[in-house]
Amino acid sequence: MPQVFHRSSNTLARLSIVTGAALLVSSVLIASNLSRSPYVTQVGAPVDQPVPFSHKHHVKELGIDCRYCHSTVEKSAVASVPPTHTCMSCHSQVWTNSPLLEPVRLSYLNGTPIQWNKVYDLPDFVYFDHSIHVNKGIGCNTCHGPIHEMNITYKAQPLSMSWCLDCHRQPEKYIRPKEEVFNYEYKAPANQLELGEKLVKEYNIKKEQLTDCSICHR
Amino acid sequence: MDKKQRQPLDLEEIRRRLSQARGPQYWRSLEEIADSEEFQQILEKEFPRQSSPLGAFLHRRQFLRLMGASLALAGLTSCRPLSQRKIVPQVQQPEEVIPGKPLYYASAFPMGGYARGVLVESHEGRPTKVEGNARHPATPGANGVLSMQSPTQMNPDGTPRHLGATDVFMQASILTLYDPDRSQSPMYQGQLSSWTEFNAALAAEMAKQGAVRGAGLRILTENVTSPTLAALMEELLKKFPQAKWHQYEPVNFDNSREGAKVAFGEPVNTVYRFDRADVILSLDSDFLYSGPASVRYAHDFASRRRVRKDTTSMNRLYVVESTPTVTGSVADHRLPLRPSQVAQFAVALTGALGIPVSAPDLPQEQRRWVNAIVRDLQAHRGRCVVTVGEMHHPAVHALVHAINERLGNVGQTVLYTAPVEARPVNHAGSLAELVQDMTEGKVEALLILGGNPAYNAPADTQFARLLKELTQRNGFTVHLSLYEDETSAVCQWHIPEAHYLESWGDIRAFDGTVSIIQPLIEPLYPSRSAYELVDAMLGRQRNSYDIVRAYWSRRLGNANFTKTWRKVLHDGVVANTALPPRTVKVRTEAVVGAAGNMPRPAEGLELVFAPDPTVWDGRFANNGWLQELPKPLTHLTWDNALLVSPNTAQKLGMRMDTGGLANMVDVVEVRYRGEKLRAPIWIMPGQPDDCVTLSLGYGRTRAGKVGTGIGCNAYALRFSDALWTASGVQVVKAGERYPLAGTQQHHSMQGRKLFHSGTLEEFRKDPEHFVEREIHGELPSMYPDFQWDGQRWAMVIDTSLCIGCNACVTACQAENNIPIVGKEQVASGREMHWMRIDRYYEGGLDNPDTHLQPVTCMHCEKAPCEPVCPVGATVHSHEGLNQMVYNRCVGTRYCSNNCPYKVRRFNFLKYNDPKEPVLQLLNNPDVTVRGRGVMEKCSYCVQRINAARIAAKKLGRELQDGEVMTACQTACPTQAIVFGDMADAGSLVAQLKAQPHHYGLLEEWNTRPRTTYLAKVRNPNPELEGA
Repeated sequence: MPQVFHRSSNTLARLSIVTGAALLVSSVLIASNLSRSPYVTQVGAPVDQPVPFSHKHHVKELGIDCRYCHSTVEKSAVASVPPTHTCMSCHSQVWTNSPLLEPVRLSYLNGTPIQWNKVYDLPDFVYFDHSIHVNKGIGCNTCHGPIHEMNITYKAQPLSMSWCLDCHRQPEKYIRPKEEVFNYEYKAPANQLELGEKLVKEYNIKKEQLTDCSICHR
Repeated sequence: MDKKQRQPLDLEEIRRRLSQARGPQYWRSLEEIADSEEFQQILEKEFPRQSSPLGAFLHRRQFLRLMGASLALAGLTSCRPLSQRKIVPQVQQPEEVIPGKPLYYASAFPMGGYARGVLVESHEGRPTKVEGNARHPATPGANGVLSMQSPTQMNPDGTPRHLGATDVFMQASILTLYDPDRSQSPMYQGQLSSWTEFNAALAAEMAKQGAVRGAGLRILTENVTSPTLAALMEELLKKFPQAKWHQYEPVNFDNSREGAKVAFGEPVNTVYRFDRADVILSLDSDFLYSGPASVRYAHDFASRRRVRKDTTSMNRLYVVESTPTVTGSVADHRLPLRPSQVAQFAVALTGALGIPVSAPDLPQEQRRWVNAIVRDLQAHRGRCVVTVGEMHHPAVHALVHAINERLGNVGQTVLYTAPVEARPVNHAGSLAELVQDMTEGKVEALLILGGNPAYNAPADTQFARLLKELTQRNGFTVHLSLYEDETSAVCQWHIPEAHYLESWGDIRAFDGTVSIIQPLIEPLYPSRSAYELVDAMLGRQRNSYDIVRAYWSRRLGNANFTKTWRKVLHDGVVANTALPPRTVKVRTEAVVGAAGNMPRPAEGLELVFAPDPTVWDGRFANNGWLQELPKPLTHLTWDNALLVSPNTAQKLGMRMDTGGLANMVDVVEVRYRGEKLRAPIWIMPGQPDDCVTLSLGYGRTRAGKVGTGIGCNAYALRFSDALWTASGVQVVKAGERYPLAGTQQHHSMQGRKLFHSGTLEEFRKDPEHFVEREIHGELPSMYPDFQWDGQRWAMVIDTSLCIGCNACVTACQAENNIPIVGKEQVASGREMHWMRIDRYYEGGLDNPDTHLQPVTCMHCEKAPCEPVCPVGATVHSHEGLNQMVYNRCVGTRYCSNNCPYKVRRFNFLKYNDPKEPVLQLLNNPDVTVRGRGVMEKCSYCVQRINAARIAAKKLGRELQDGEVMTACQTACPTQAIVFGDMADAGSLVAQLKAQPHHYGLLEEWNTRPRTTYLAKVRNPNPELEGA
């Protein structure tokens, strides 16, 4: 019986096995890298807003404290975006004719809320609480990045679970003294780990517990 | 499972098996004793019917094809861009609102005209959960407080705000608020209309009636205790002097009122002080579950029943009853008698106490009971209570007044006050009067404010027909109600009523204390309250806030009114409005005379009408939570059934099959005075022979999507002169069978001793051996003990105190966004309640003792569910919680299969998928809404633990005992459920764990459950024991 396949088929067969395996590996690699890339996580991508609000201008240039607008950040799970009334407490006096602020004035006049686009959007099964973080020495820009440098706000961190766990496993890497929480100029000292461990103890943070599922999921 | 193979229950065989058993043996149901093949199957399989709901219609190949297609298409869903979500802040932030923090407001839940105090939780303006108001007399406090999360949850003086207990109706009332079937617009003759048109029509009719001084005007209300509404009605009657105000409530207190009139010559209101009573005799009175004071009474009753190592005294409860009730299930002695026999029993008791009634000749056994009870009562003069159920003839009520007076209880455990109702009338009589006027054509305009008389009026009144005829004669008939129901259908106008959480009002509690009904939300639909409608009839246009506030500013005086008003709203009660006790004297001759004139029962069966334990008189028929709530004792859902005793069932040849998850039962025809009704039967251990019970509230024809067309309408057999009991009833087999979805078989545990009970005497003698233990001390473990210096959450449930009222189950449902699944799914064992109350019987078939055991997730320290999960979706927390991580769960259900306690629930379908946006407002934002294919179970209310822990951590202190309360614990009227940190030796839960009668469920399996029990202690009278 004559040979069915030509001898070159051997090479072809080997090649296709190797290529197949390579394809499989590379597709997994591509997929996993892609899912972590800013293309998917939207890290660093400014989000359009009805009013082009600049944190850089308000925070860095004017020196307004975070809590002036995000007034419930120390009390509640949500930091809260300010009501129109807060905007108008200044903008009834300054920039009263700016066309950029037209939506704010309209909202105030008509009593219709401004619909801001969410930049930091967690899945619904994650229950994040701002108040406990700022009360235990996690600074605003640990998660929100150089917010004082942002003209249009963008997401500074991927908000993936591994990113959350990085800190929940080792809070000493990021914790800072409570009085520095709202200080956007704060730089971690050289002995961060040493200081961090001291603070974790001082603030009575039970590290082991921070990785319990029900701390965030319930 | 093939239905054809099922066998009918062989009651003889069951009886034989029960009589052979030795020692205290607990049994869950007839099916268990019958021990059929189907029952075994339920025990062995976690999901006996786990095949697809499409199973019967889908072939294997079709199924594979569909699976392939959906798998291929599933990939496409990832192509959808993530939608941009919005943040919508308010324009003006109200001062007290902190986004993300709930607020609590005091209000009052009206039912049958009586108030139960509530504190309602509100998330950014939407009410989500009802708690009891501890300051209200009807809902006394549990032992915990609102978590100190924010100053708004504290009292103005900075003290913590206490939570009170609740009942199922209070909990479920929040679902009615968001019911998509609520009516949303005025209707004129079944067509959409508008408020403008209605206002014009009302004004025209009032002008017309004004000309004849209201001669053709009739107003029919439910029971009214509201001072404001009563004042408005009086004003209306002054303006239209010929008009008449009628009141009708299907579950009314006519017999009590008439009984008081016989005994005292005037209607008085009776208030019991069970917290002062050592011996209680209930004659058909379900005081722990029914009635406006039930939560208070359950609380007071339980306060004398807490048996601990160092307090070994408890009260004693005798119950003589014609239907197994919640109260009967906790009795130390229970005697099932027919209603007529209960009445005779009362007469005999009166005679034995030396009041000259002609005592009947009782059978030996009953005489023994009378003697024993009389001796016990006389030994506790001034410290006992005799109470009688509403169903009995006024003469029996009068007898009981005489008994209490003779026993020196008046002023001690039994208090009399002026009537609570604004205008105490005989409801059946009031309705009959209206019917008479309607028949004679005297009525031109009839305004029905609330209620549903076309459905629930007695059959002989023919109310629905008369109302329809009046409407057809172009009479001005108006029905104000939450739903467009049976009555709306035969009225000219239907106008939507505002829910109690949407409008202002006031109302009295069982003892007369006034509460202001404070709304939590703007009306969801343009609607009116009864106050506004009556005000409009008077030609005004005030809203209910102005009406109620104006009335109270007159009552409370203008000086400092704003301050007083604010305090009233905060506290939820108007101070010092409880009615003062009155001194009244029993007129013995009148009582004796009335007792002699009691009607004799006719031959044949006796039929008892009982308000349904969940849908009550039918008003909650469209409330899915209540429909799916397993009824206490029968554990039936989504239906009512004719309860028959095993003997009567045998005599009449009625069958109930051996049951799988659902039961097929015989349908019977009940005949009474020419009326007929078809009803499924339910064989009920503990039901007296020759007495059948049917609950009201079913067979609705226009209730809504949930409640229409289920069950049978007992009102069809109810007559004005026999509202509660009917004698001479015939029951014949109809030759049909009907499936009933009972949950008693579901989630059965198979093990050794699941329940422990004993007598107080045994406890006093040897508390250490009160519980027959399989193991002593800790069992060894292969693993080292877990070291943790923080909280160790645990729960102890005192089975002596559990009355099986289901408040915990409903509270859990409300707190944790638990869906309802419908009758078919319940029949497949797929109900989602995280808690169940297991019922155990002990003793013979005809009058067993009932025991109750609430079962939640045990949060085992060595949890069998955890190692079998392939994806780590259920793991332990440091504080000892067996956590369920929904976003990890892939739905293998291995955990549930491996759970010995059967407490895990699986979302077989997308149950929690409200198509109606309004239902989404109901959800608790602190708890994930679970999707299809996900396992879930009790979380120990982890959202409450986290909130309290965060609050304490921010204050830099440790959590204190009582700061974390689970939803079930808060709701429990008897405080049978205690939750806390067992690592804190001072905590209540740790103290209970140290009690000698403390035990864990299946503790011999070494799962080390965190939820444990106190064995049930009973206090039987030695004289009646061992008969």
